[in-house]
Amino acid sequence: MNMVSYEPFVTEDGRTIGDAVMELRNITLRFGGVVAIKDISFDIREGEIRAIIGPNGAGKSSMLNVISGFYTPSEGEVWFEGRKRPQMRPYQVARQGIARTFQNIALFSGMSTLDNIMTGRITRMKSSLAAQALWWGKAEREESEHREAVEKIIDFLEIQHIRKTPVGRLPYGLQKRVELGRALAAEPRLLLLDEPMAGMNVEEKEDMSRFILDVNDEFGTTIVLIEHDMGVVMDLSDRVVVMDYGKKIGDGPPDEVRRNQDVIDAYLGVSHD
Amino acid sequence: MTNFLYAVEVMINGLMAGVLYALVALGFVLIFKASGIFNYAQGVLALFAALTLVGLQEGQIPFAHLINATLGTELHHFGWHMPALLAILLTVGVMILLAIAIERFILKHLVNQEPIILFMATIGLAYFLEGLGDIMWGADIKTLDVGLPQGGSMWIEEKTAVLGGDGFYGFFIDRLDIVAALVAAVLVISLTVFSQYSKQGRALRAVADDHQAALSVGISLRFIWVLVWSIAGFVALVAGIMWGAKSGVQFSLSLIALKALPVLMLGGFTSIPGAIVGGLIIGVGEKLFEFTIGPMIGGATENWFAYVLALVFLVFRPQGLFGEKIIERV
Repeated sequence: MNMVSYEPFVTEDGRTIGDAVMELRNITLRFGGVVAIKDISFDIREGEIRAIIGPNGAGKSSMLNVISGFYTPSEGEVWFEGRKRPQMRPYQVARQGIARTFQNIALFSGMSTLDNIMTGRITRMKSSLAAQALWWGKAEREESEHREAVEKIIDFLEIQHIRKTPVGRLPYGLQKRVELGRALAAEPRLLLLDEPMAGMNVEEKEDMSRFILDVNDEFGTTIVLIEHDMGVVMDLSDRVVVMDYGKKIGDGPPDEVRRNQDVIDAYLGVSHD
Repeated sequence: MTNFLYAVEVMINGLMAGVLYALVALGFVLIFKASGIFNYAQGVLALFAALTLVGLQEGQIPFAHLINATLGTELHHFGWHMPALLAILLTVGVMILLAIAIERFILKHLVNQEPIILFMATIGLAYFLEGLGDIMWGADIKTLDVGLPQGGSMWIEEKTAVLGGDGFYGFFIDRLDIVAALVAAVLVISLTVFSQYSKQGRALRAVADDHQAALSVGISLRFIWVLVWSIAGFVALVAGIMWGAKSGVQFSLSLIALKALPVLMLGGFTSIPGAIVGGLIIGVGEKLFEFTIGPMIGGATENWFAYVLALVFLVFRPQGLFGEKIIERV
């Protein structure tokens, strides 16, 4: 346990965020000859909203896939809660308390909203198959505990009216919300959101922003998010990593990043004072 | 009047036969739903399960021929006769081990491959298992006796004899078929409860729906595959017991898988109720067709009727009765 300690970091709105939950050290990711991520290091601290931005094809989603274990980095180390993470399968990473959503919604479209969010509790369910078969009462009690937790999330996300609806029939914005609910149901240490607002209209974006801020505020969940909408990123995030062509070209609070000449050249390309 | 009663009797017998078709089809549906694999080996799985059951029960030494041929020994039997229940439990264990081996040696290496590749792999598996069954337990026809009742039910015969007056002897319904129907009902109900209300059942449905999303909530695909193949192996064992008790354990048992195909086309590949209803329709349909039209065209219609019915269904309702509608976005 050599938890790396940092100077307390004070965000722009005056909150203090804590030690690093996760550290990415010199991550490189290659697919054959293509280098998707090139020697990137940054950290994610307890309780913050950490954004990853960059133009299309910059390697943002690849980065998120490395964190969630869907990709194994070719080089570099992932440190989680003060320990170096060995090579892991995605489901093992999920069981460590890292939940995620996907850029192109990945829900169980045949199941209801309730059942979808219920699957998010799987990592928290203890009773085994045999126990469920032999000791029905205990399994039932556990089930109802999880149901309660799920109902709270449903209330929180204001989706009571679609509890029983198969999610395949829901409009896009609501599906995104259900997917967020499923990730929240795991009560994650780290929540990864891959473009949570992609393809939404202004009103839906505002709703989603509010939910993300509330999650961070009320549950103290550490969030990593990828987003294209610069306005949203600047409003939501405490610190921002900027990627371009697989390299890190900026890292810091939104205001600082906004002033970074490299970032302006590569990504914003506008507003030279 | 008597003619009508005969038709009813034929229908009931058809229903019973249909239950057995449905049992085999159920194994297909389970694996197809969870992994998108059409498991060609399902019929051979039933054969292998039945062979193992008989072998264990009779105390046969596995690979006896092979051992004798290479070492010049004269081994045949352990010399025990195992109680049926114990033998069944042990066979369930063997089917679980087989599921683990299938995951370990086949599925694990074919993750993210095209469905056709996986289908080909199951064809290979089918022939491998067929050979393995032969080498392990010998190729002779065996009788399977786990104590299931056989022969016509006298009770039903007596109760129905009064219906048709003098010339009518009452319905002949095999007691084995009745047991099979009951077993199938229990199996379907417990599978449904399991998949709707248990943690593993929910995980199973999740994997069937979306692999990536399932991984992201912490479900191990490998565990689920082992689980699904174990359940399919168990269903195969049940089907193997019923068919084996009816007509002996022999190679032709694996061909019942072919009868499951039209059942699946009718019921839809992804629906458990579909497999049941499909099985019943085929069972009743082919018996009634044989009874009514058969005599006019020279009989033996049971061999092909199911396939023709399935073809007709393919034209009008390609997703089957209960299957998910296939909608392709353009």
